[in-house]
Amino acid sequence: MARRYDQSTTTFSPEGRLHQVEYAIEAINNAGTCVGLLCTDGIVLTAERRVVSKLLAPSKTSEKTYTIDDHVVALVAGLTADANILINQSRLGSQRHMYKYQEPMPVEQVVKSVCNYKQAYTQYGGLRPFGTAFLFAGWDAVHGFQLYQTDPSGNYSGWKATVIGQNNQAGKSILKTDYKTENKVEDNLKVAVKILLKTMDSSTPSPERIELSTIRRNEDTQQIEHYTLSDAEVGALIEDIQAEIEKEQKKEQASTGDI
Amino acid sequence: MDSVFGLVGDGFAIIAADASAARSILVFKHDEDKIMELDSHKLLVSAGTPADCATFNEYIQRNLKLYELNNDVSLGTHGAAHFIRGELATALRKGPYQANLLLAGHDAQTGVALYQMDYMAALSKVNFGAHGYAAAFILSVFDRDWVKGMNVEQSLDVVRKCIHELKTRFLISQPVFIL
Repeated sequence: MARRYDQSTTTFSPEGRLHQVEYAIEAINNAGTCVGLLCTDGIVLTAERRVVSKLLAPSKTSEKTYTIDDHVVALVAGLTADANILINQSRLGSQRHMYKYQEPMPVEQVVKSVCNYKQAYTQYGGLRPFGTAFLFAGWDAVHGFQLYQTDPSGNYSGWKATVIGQNNQAGKSILKTDYKTENKVEDNLKVAVKILLKTMDSSTPSPERIELSTIRRNEDTQQIEHYTLSDAEVGALIEDIQAEIEKEQKKEQASTGDI
Repeated sequence: MDSVFGLVGDGFAIIAADASAARSILVFKHDEDKIMELDSHKLLVSAGTPADCATFNEYIQRNLKLYELNNDVSLGTHGAAHFIRGELATALRKGPYQANLLLAGHDAQTGVALYQMDYMAALSKVNFGAHGYAAAFILSVFDRDWVKGMNVEQSLDVVRKCIHELKTRFLISQPVFIL
């Protein structure tokens, strides 16, 4: 039934749906997981880096995390090629604002400008939508630390914590139990890694497959600092989480054993 | 021929402009309010060709309102000043606006600020400023009498001195000033 109305982006189905946009959103659900967590003193961002072949040269730059401006960072889930165009657009938008007003573009406005660009591809031109979802994270003087999620339709929403990409439902259920709004960056680093370990389909997680970074604001210099954790630091966190998980499993086994 | 000046005090700014609208040897009115409220915390006043001043002021006012409506937050004084300068700069090599401006604004985070701009899109953040022929007289008064952190009474005293200076020494009679 949907077949007749899903060939063109610019056609509504009789039920009032845009199938091309929905299919684009589906494409994201197979992409590497991205997690964003708002903390009282910053933001924690992490993503799974898919390695499809051992022959691939190790990436010198980030595959999932991109700097949009000094105060805004984005995580990508979906088609990388599509993402590159949108990353460039958001960077352009941010610099144009800086040129015009000589002050950083508020984070929500950066997100809005990219989303408006995405929306155009769902309404006219006859071109397919972008198959990318983003997590935009940043700081501005208007609202402080913020986290936004965008999808191919051009919709965006603000979150305290969210997961996109593969197994995001499993990730979100962990958020419900483990994420606390009062957490600081230190605490949420563990929560983020824990979520990735659960959503990654690998039983042997390694630091090369995880991109983990934090956004903080230095009160003295008033600069936003985007820090990417080294492999060693990520490795240490993985070990900590795995040890905790083992302890919990042993506790469960012990308690059921008693009964 | 407009006389326009302003100064920064302790947590406030005063802008003054003469209220005469005139052409050649004829004065049309003595109650022309040249100071435009851009929003609840910003004032813009311009001196120069009357049509350019009025059009440009309205253009800026409407664009700042549009920004506020689109983005749910109003632009701060710094952002507004640079936006205005950008507009003057873009127009400069097409059809310049012959307007010299003073922008005064207050933000919760950065306090009060006064910016002086001229028709060639030069921009400076200043403690006091003046445009027009009057500037020759007024800036001397400010140089001598302005101090940082004056209260309202002290600032108004300095303003009265400026107006007195103009009435005594400026060729053109400008009996009424609006603050």
